[in-house]
Amino acid sequence: MKLLTANFITCSVKSCQSVTPALSFRDAELAREEIDFSPLFLRNILPRIDWPLLQRTAKELGFPALPETKPELSPIAEGDEEGVGSEEEQKLLKELHSLLLETSVQSGKLVCANCGHEYPISQGIANFLLPNHLV
Amino acid sequence: MASESTTSNPFATVLSTEAQERLSNRKLAPDAKKPDEFIIYFAQWHTTFRLAELQALAEIEGVGKMEILKYSEQSPYAIVKLEHPEKANVLIRRSILAKSIFELWGSGTDYPTIHEDVCKRIQGWWSDDFYKLPFKFEIECFLGKRPGDQHRNLVESFSYISLDGPIRMKNADLQFAVMEEYSFDNSVNPPRAFDSPDLILLGRQIGTGNRSAALKYDLKKRPYIGTTSFDAELTLVTANIALCGPAKLAYDPFAGTGSFLIACSHYGSISFGSDIDGRQVRGKKNRSVVGNYQHYNLKSFFGDVFTADITNSPVRPGLQFLDSIVCDPPYGVREGLKVLGNRDPTKTKEVIYRDGTPRHLQPDYVPPKKPYSFVQMLDDILDFSAEHLVDGGRLVMWMPTANEDLVEFGRPSHPALEEVAVCIQSFNKWSRQLLAYRRRNKDEIDMKAWEERRENKKYVASKDQKESVDELNFFRKKYFEGFKSKEAAEAAEASGDAVEQLEVEKLNLKDA
Repeated sequence: MKLLTANFITCSVKSCQSVTPALSFRDAELAREEIDFSPLFLRNILPRIDWPLLQRTAKELGFPALPETKPELSPIAEGDEEGVGSEEEQKLLKELHSLLLETSVQSGKLVCANCGHEYPISQGIANFLLPNHLV
Repeated sequence: MASESTTSNPFATVLSTEAQERLSNRKLAPDAKKPDEFIIYFAQWHTTFRLAELQALAEIEGVGKMEILKYSEQSPYAIVKLEHPEKANVLIRRSILAKSIFELWGSGTDYPTIHEDVCKRIQGWWSDDFYKLPFKFEIECFLGKRPGDQHRNLVESFSYISLDGPIRMKNADLQFAVMEEYSFDNSVNPPRAFDSPDLILLGRQIGTGNRSAALKYDLKKRPYIGTTSFDAELTLVTANIALCGPAKLAYDPFAGTGSFLIACSHYGSISFGSDIDGRQVRGKKNRSVVGNYQHYNLKSFFGDVFTADITNSPVRPGLQFLDSIVCDPPYGVREGLKVLGNRDPTKTKEVIYRDGTPRHLQPDYVPPKKPYSFVQMLDDILDFSAEHLVDGGRLVMWMPTANEDLVEFGRPSHPALEEVAVCIQSFNKWSRQLLAYRRRNKDEIDMKAWEERRENKKYVASKDQKESVDELNFFRKKYFEGFKSKEAAEAAEASGDAVEQLEVEKLNLKDA
């Protein structure tokens, strides 16, 4: 499971869904795989990211601290179809690319801070199915 | 092409001096009119999907307003007018169902009228240099045939265009096509095409489609497939209608073996998928969804797959983050239509223990699932999409219908979703429909209607139902009954040959 995916999800139990933020990684075994860098994708995705949640996830997994607040990107210049932006922005986007898309949790658990339910992750695939008593 | 004597050529026409003068003036005026009408040459196949795909591509490629001047499901030739004609060459570059696009140089019901139209249109389009480029002419006939000995005369009847460049059959800069559309004379038996075409078009090819992608992703050559894998050609059309593209996110909540994920990623979307059946998304060692991504060299466009149930989804509530949602929901025929929960509502909602530990924490635990209503499932997909699509995002889903129900049941709707396309693929006794919706912007949504829908859903969910699979899913019931119509079923029963009837129906089903 990529960290991007982890940022979009929460506990499947209905009564936990109003509580934020709910899930933490436990016993996470990490993997990294290089993939093509698309600054435009990151620009599109950044507004959809829950920044405090990403900060927390990064900290839990032992990554260097992220900026306090979600970075504000300047609009891309005309003709910059790839959305490369300034050098400084390029560096930031590359870091985010590496964290969100290249890093994944291969095995471990996602644990809900509210109800304590554990979602197992194995072979990089998380299982969010619930037992009958939690449906 | 030198102008020859026109008297011996039955296709040629005598031009007025005025027309000749206009054509001989090849100075590009500063306010020169550029061609803004185009012929789209479609495959005569999956005809109800063609326009929906083209309209989606018009939006993706930014050609502005597209006016459909001629379109019929019976014809491969459509004519469109574009607000931004300078982008026409890319309009169909992603298309699966359009083969090529041509600038419309002229149209007519016979040769004198098309020649007249060409003379009117092309003046001032291009300067002298353009006419010196290597060129070729092709003749395409739909439903009819032009004997080979007429081709030369037919092509030469356009000699007034005065193409001065060399003829080159391969890689010509200017590729012209004369397209003739015939219709069938049904008054004779067997019906045959009329001798002369109803419509003649002249076009210059400026772009081609991407039909080869359908071959590239052909299921027969894909390492990991399952019984529910979806035909490659139609998954690509689905991804086009869902406006997939670079820097976008796509999601399939019934991913299975990932057929739709691959199609969305082919166009550049980063795709996510989930399925209630973890075995499907996991696959086996080298045969898995990820394995297919590797096979097609699309690894950079793979988001994630996970095991989840759409009625108990882990996606953060209220998060609008998806650009496209594409799916072929389970019909209950090849795969169970199930959601989490116990079939028996009287079963306790307590934690079950085995060997002293909670059963659900043991590694081999598989949670109980219960049959679910197909109609309710469609409603859940709409609710999920309304909640999680970005404004202007698209939901494209497939829905099976017994043909007799096509009118009766109607299509699901949602206050936050605008229906943008309905396409039908017909089989013998049943059809599947592709339904496309656009997520409305906030100020377009009737919030009161949405709120009422939520309340109503809570009420329905509060009633614990215990129903059989057949009661919950009309389509499944009819499928396994062989789509017997009410009358046929009654008649068959009355004459006592119900069994035989069923056998016949089953045979028909096999044909589908």
